[in-house]
Amino acid sequence: MLTDKDRIFTNLYGVHDWGLQGARARGDWDGTKEILARGRDAIVDEIKASGLRGRGGAGFPTGLKWSFMPKQSDGRPHYLVVNADESEPGTCKDRDILRNDPHKLVEGCLIASFAMGANAAYIYVRGEFYNEAQRLQAAIDQAYEAGLIGKNACGSGWDFDCYVHRGAGAYICGEETALIESLEGKKGMPRLKPPFPAASGLYGCPSTVNNVESIAVAPTIMRRGAAWFSALGRQGNTGTKLFCISGHVNKPCNVEEELGIPLRELIETYAGGVRGGWDNLLAVIPGGSSVPMIPKSICDDVLMDFDSLRAVRSGLGTAAVIVMDKSTDLIKAIARLAQFYKHESCGQCTPCREGTGWMMRVMNRMVEGRAELAEIDTLEQVTRQIEGHTICALGDAAAWPIQGLIRHFRPVIEERIAAYKAGKPMQMAAE
Amino acid sequence: MADNHITAEHGAAAVEPTSFEFDAQSNAAIERILKKFPAGKQASAVLPLLDLVQRQMKRQTGSAWVPRVAMDETARRLDMAPIRVYEVATFYLMFNTKPVGTYHLQVCTTTPCWLRGSDQVVKTCRDVTGIKGWGETSADGAFTITEVECLGACVNAPVLQVNDDFYEDMDADSTKALLEALKRGEPPPVGSMTGRQGSAPDGGPQTLTTLAPSTGD
Repeated sequence: MLTDKDRIFTNLYGVHDWGLQGARARGDWDGTKEILARGRDAIVDEIKASGLRGRGGAGFPTGLKWSFMPKQSDGRPHYLVVNADESEPGTCKDRDILRNDPHKLVEGCLIASFAMGANAAYIYVRGEFYNEAQRLQAAIDQAYEAGLIGKNACGSGWDFDCYVHRGAGAYICGEETALIESLEGKKGMPRLKPPFPAASGLYGCPSTVNNVESIAVAPTIMRRGAAWFSALGRQGNTGTKLFCISGHVNKPCNVEEELGIPLRELIETYAGGVRGGWDNLLAVIPGGSSVPMIPKSICDDVLMDFDSLRAVRSGLGTAAVIVMDKSTDLIKAIARLAQFYKHESCGQCTPCREGTGWMMRVMNRMVEGRAELAEIDTLEQVTRQIEGHTICALGDAAAWPIQGLIRHFRPVIEERIAAYKAGKPMQMAAE
Repeated sequence: MADNHITAEHGAAAVEPTSFEFDAQSNAAIERILKKFPAGKQASAVLPLLDLVQRQMKRQTGSAWVPRVAMDETARRLDMAPIRVYEVATFYLMFNTKPVGTYHLQVCTTTPCWLRGSDQVVKTCRDVTGIKGWGETSADGAFTITEVECLGACVNAPVLQVNDDFYEDMDADSTKALLEALKRGEPPPVGSMTGRQGSAPDGGPQTLTTLAPSTGD
């Protein structure tokens, strides 16, 4: 288990001063100039060696992503774009960084931007996080005031500007190219790739989009070293991670732990256990709403990291653990997610635009049991027609929760349909 | 806040103003916002400017919304075709294209909030305000209820956003108390309604307890 000395987000709960003085007391902005003096390549190599994988859901190696940026500018400016559009149901970790540890993010923006030859970073914060964006702006103002960013940031000779940009309520803007479109003042509709943002991103310039948590851990990795970070967690799944534990637990909370912690230990140690005890567990969505749920039998011993969860046909995603006990109407829980994806589809690709609405309508009938048994297979087949057939991953994200439900709880759906046909529709608890 | 500027009439049918001009406060903000973007990329400011419109409307009329004439003015200021602004204004959920009540109740009902009892929050909002359907405004103009998707505060579910602020760890009783306080024009402190420290577990943090606040790591 992780001990406090290895925790990066030491003001996760906002107990202490979020401001510059408090941040400095916690070790932020310590020796930043020296870190920059090590040079671009050394920083990228250190992040690569740490094994840090992107914390926004896909788990792509962060250092590798940074290395895709052109080494020399062809005259176009480079940009860092930070994705603070945290909207994946179950996920609320970046919010804590923005409001309680904003200086880690601002310092990380400087280091990452320098490593990618960018003189400017835009932090795209979801519009609903109004107070969090205000807090972040206040931290940025403090950093300018102290000479940590701006002209000759930290006395490094590097000029760096950091801007907050608020979204206005659209889940799709968490997709990196939709975010760029939105930042350019358009509807958040994902772009076809290639070209990838590192070749042509914001304003057609080389850009890298990173999650808040990925950027905010970078300064600590640079200070404590790749060896320290990679010694935590498991091979290929290194370091610490912010976990969000919500749903039917006794004490929902956020907590920073090592990747690879057993799911059961995570829930029982930090979240007060499943409501009614571990045996009252029905299923868990382990990585935010987009990943397939896993039943209790898998929850019993699965580890919380990218590769372990992939091996059980789910995913770590954003590490947002949504716990559902035996009182849960699982069909309704997934039907509500189907409604979410229908609402958030940008409408650009036909399979997603039409498919999310179709899946929602079928799922809503399945909640009642008002369906034919054969429709379960039809539904499953339609999810396969959507998955992989759209520009961005929202289509996949809409398909996977339903696939997870059918894979693990098909008898529940069948039973519901049979009861409806028998004229005895089930009365399920609301929660 | 006792004086609700929105009448029932305003709430029910959008009264489209005939003109819109950014006021001094908005203009000062626009100047700051435009400095964030490279020359020629001022269209990037469309979301911030529409947000300013909504805040100015709130100041001037008591209702935070974006009338059509303000979209046109935004387009003019940013040298954009009006249609580009219309499509942005209608794509993003947070821009209200018709008037809303003094308190815009945005209830999250996505699965993590639903698992923790958002149905009770919705029911209480409806019972106390008398509002039946989503997006409707109460007869006194005080409240509008909107169903929203995940607000990103799921370990403090259920969440009810009122204008800019999140109220967390809600249940039927605390929702009722909150709405009664708002009716009196006395919004309570934002955050957890059960007194939790941020996203820490109920009863206080179990981690980060061994770090002295003054020394850090």
